[in-house]
Amino acid sequence: MLIRKSGSTSIPSSEITPRSVYMDRRSFMAAGAAGVAALAAGRFAQVLRPESVHADTKLTTVSSPFSTQGLTPTSFYDITHYNNFYEFGTDKDDPARYAGSLRTRPWSISVEGLVKAKKKFDIDTLMKLQPLEDRVYRFRCVEAWSMVIPWIGYSLSEFIKQCDPLPSAKYVQFLSLDDPSQEPALNRVQLDWPYSEGLRMDEAMHPLTLLTFGLYGQVLPNQDGAPVRVVVPWKYGFKSAKSIVKVRFVQKQPSTTWNEMAPNEYGFYSNVNPNVDHPRWSQKVERVIGAPIWKQRQPTLMFNGYADQVASMYTGMDLRKYY
Amino acid sequence: MSKRVVITLKVLVHIACLAPVAWLVMRGFQNNLGPDPTHTVTFFTGRGTLRLLVITLAISPVRKVIPKLAWIIRFRRMLGLYAFFYGCLHLMTYVWLYAGFSWAAMVDDISQRRFITAGLAAWAMMVPLALTSTSWSIRKLGGKNWIRLHWLAYLAAIAGVVHYWWGVKQGDRTPMEITVVLGVLLAARPILNWVRD
Repeated sequence: MLIRKSGSTSIPSSEITPRSVYMDRRSFMAAGAAGVAALAAGRFAQVLRPESVHADTKLTTVSSPFSTQGLTPTSFYDITHYNNFYEFGTDKDDPARYAGSLRTRPWSISVEGLVKAKKKFDIDTLMKLQPLEDRVYRFRCVEAWSMVIPWIGYSLSEFIKQCDPLPSAKYVQFLSLDDPSQEPALNRVQLDWPYSEGLRMDEAMHPLTLLTFGLYGQVLPNQDGAPVRVVVPWKYGFKSAKSIVKVRFVQKQPSTTWNEMAPNEYGFYSNVNPNVDHPRWSQKVERVIGAPIWKQRQPTLMFNGYADQVASMYTGMDLRKYY
Repeated sequence: MSKRVVITLKVLVHIACLAPVAWLVMRGFQNNLGPDPTHTVTFFTGRGTLRLLVITLAISPVRKVIPKLAWIIRFRRMLGLYAFFYGCLHLMTYVWLYAGFSWAAMVDDISQRRFITAGLAAWAMMVPLALTSTSWSIRKLGGKNWIRLHWLAYLAAIAGVVHYWWGVKQGDRTPMEITVVLGVLLAARPILNWVRD
């Protein structure tokens, strides 16, 4: 029988020479023995620690009224081994395997666009801007699976206030790291990089929208979008941009990666909505990650269960048109 | 090929086709099929169907190219039936774990989602093939009609591969492998005929 796990014979992306390296052979040669040695050492390190990913730094947190009560979090293992993070590959376990090459220090977020003045925030400054809160949220992927994740962070609105956006700013765009030397799949996966996501200003300012630095009591594991990401719990997961390096305030709805790729499948709003199906599957039910197979199906809730808090932002909007 | 060897090989083929299912069921009860067991079972049974179907379709061209292997024809029926068996498991996965045994959900899916329609069509085309797999059917239909009917296996495989492409995300190339193999098999028939002539 020829059944085997997909891709088990294909070359792991860690062993594929990055495009930038082979396109640039001359400077590569010029880099000399030291460079070669460093590269070899880097390779070695990746082979030696295929799941190099847990930063494992504990965070001090406070409780939050915005945390969702009465939910049992998905296991840490599943949260860190079932990821969509195409910068590291399209298989769910690719990020756990390959995100070890992501360097999360030094790191900063540049703020630009419709702001009083351009600014740059260092990650360690950002993490001290506000007390870090425990926020347990439901997480619903557009692919019809769901988790419960104990995130750590503070409301994005606190950060936006520090950015001094102009009144003309109607949307905020998030751009993720776009560095093939750290993210091996960038050259292989056909998407319009860098990964771009966006929110309407009122959505970004909503207290549930979380600027996220950690989960399960520790800093974000690389494969979950380290060192800083947003989490928008009432929208499908792809709206919650990972590994953010740039925040841009704009007047018009920004172009976003999946919406550009397949506008009929991924709307700009992408609010969790059991009444609006994805073209390829129903969104009425979801598969609970980690549950035994006979208990996986569960009904999907409007706005992922956060309707009381967020529905008022969309009154009068046709959610079938603006899916 | 002695009778004894053929029987031994058949036992091995049965084991090779059934062991993965036993493994799947056991792992399912242990909740050890990965973070999303429904997804695991879906792809396991779906890919299994296509692979078995393609192996079944490969038998006849392989015999033509390597006359020494003519005896492998004795395995075609059981492989085809196993392809159908995996197809049924795949369909059951959908009916139970995705549609939740709801007719309304299934009608919704079939009317709105072309990848489900293609998959169902592929399965439906395998039904008459499974039903007419007996020697009695071959006699009853007559060899020529039976062969004509069983060309449906190619259509079922094509529909299955189309179902696979339509089911995955845009940009996902995983169905490519099986598509290439099927393409080679589809091309092999006319090419072999042309060479023979």
